[in-house]
Amino acid sequence: MIIPHAKPGTSVQNITGEWKAYMPVVNGDKCIKCGICQNFCPEGIMGEVKRIPEIDYEYCKGCSVCANECPVKCIEMRRVEQD
Amino acid sequence: MIKTVEGARVLAEAAVACRLDVVACYPITPTTHLTEELNQFYADGRIPEYLTVEAEFSAISALIGASAAGARTFTTTGGQGLLYMHEPLFSAAGMRLPIVMLVGNRAVSSPLNIWNDEQDTISQRDTGWIQIYCRNNQEAVDSIPQAFYVAEKILLPVMVCVDGHYLTHAVEQVDVPDEKLVQGFLPPYKYPLKLDPQNPVSLGVYANPTHYQTFREDVVADMEAAKEILVEAGKKWGKLTGREYGLINAYKVKDADRVLLSVGSVMDNVVMVVDELREKGEKVGALHLRVLRPFPREEIAKALEGKKVGVIDRDLSIGAQAPIYLEIAEALNGKGAQVSSFYGGLGGRGVKRVHIRELFEKLRKGPVKQWITTEPPKAAMKG
Repeated sequence: MIIPHAKPGTSVQNITGEWKAYMPVVNGDKCIKCGICQNFCPEGIMGEVKRIPEIDYEYCKGCSVCANECPVKCIEMRRVEQD
Repeated sequence: MIKTVEGARVLAEAAVACRLDVVACYPITPTTHLTEELNQFYADGRIPEYLTVEAEFSAISALIGASAAGARTFTTTGGQGLLYMHEPLFSAAGMRLPIVMLVGNRAVSSPLNIWNDEQDTISQRDTGWIQIYCRNNQEAVDSIPQAFYVAEKILLPVMVCVDGHYLTHAVEQVDVPDEKLVQGFLPPYKYPLKLDPQNPVSLGVYANPTHYQTFREDVVADMEAAKEILVEAGKKWGKLTGREYGLINAYKVKDADRVLLSVGSVMDNVVMVVDELREKGEKVGALHLRVLRPFPREEIAKALEGKKVGVIDRDLSIGAQAPIYLEIAEALNGKGAQVSSFYGGLGGRGVKRVHIRELFEKLRKGPVKQWITTEPPKAAMKG
């Protein structure tokens, strides 16, 4: 008998990264560190502004907002192959 | 104490004897009188909290909150009201909340109809609620404390299903258990994980693909385990009152070659016809499916092996076979039984003794699937 419940702060255990069909890959040479992708990312998982994005793929759902917003188009959405 | 009283009113007495903490109802025919009576009990101080809500969806949602906060909760509805509760019914079961609801079975729209059949509760059979069907008001009154007993032990909600008008509005003699007896039967309610600001938890929240099915598997396993507790509750109640209950009620089935099976008040008519035909030497029997969920598959198979069985469905699954028939046919698959399906008696077209005699006759021949052709009431024929 299990009562489905969650204690505060446990939502981080819901790893959402496996939802993605495409993953963002950043070309660091082209990046101008403008911070737009980091501010637009709905999950807040692209690291700090004024630095090249460091993506937490465990939570990145692959929504493509970063790639869409990047002014220099240095983010490529690459197909994720699944079994 | 034996009283001669209207069904809906005595059902409220049985509910209050369970010492309810919170009641939330939206009145609807055929259980309006039950709602009225609960209101009176609130006014008299016998129910601490009564929420007047704007709809059935709110009634059951309010009780989900109250139950999670540790309250013993009760509501009543029927027909469209029950359909309006459909979504939160799943939530109540999934959150493992032991809410008890008295349903006055009523036909569903459209066309609009306030009279009786079992379409409303049959349509909720997959929600995860335990379903108990009653043949008469005595069974209904006895089933309410048992419903709380089972619900609070296995942590699943229970529907006690009573035929609208045929029972809710019937005035008959009922032995009403007093509060002391009920309290001796029913332990105090203690939800193991109640909502409490000192120890915050979220209930009924999101579950990923990783976890979701695990919870559903658990509900399925516990629904199966509820059978044992239902039998235990029925026996315990029998010791206190002399009226014992089980998952099914088999009447003269053992040596019968033909048996009619159904849920609800129609079974009392079947029992009367069985007595009548037995006097003529016909080997017939009646089986009341008291508990539809959890479905007593093994008990059915054991009782009806090798017999000619007729299933009366006062409900439909439009585009497929009648719902109760399908489950009985599956339970008796490979058991040498011959199962017939009779469906009808909808929206207040009574299945009377005269029709039941016909059904027993039809069972003699090969398996049939057909409408129960009952006559429209006489008043309708005048126009």
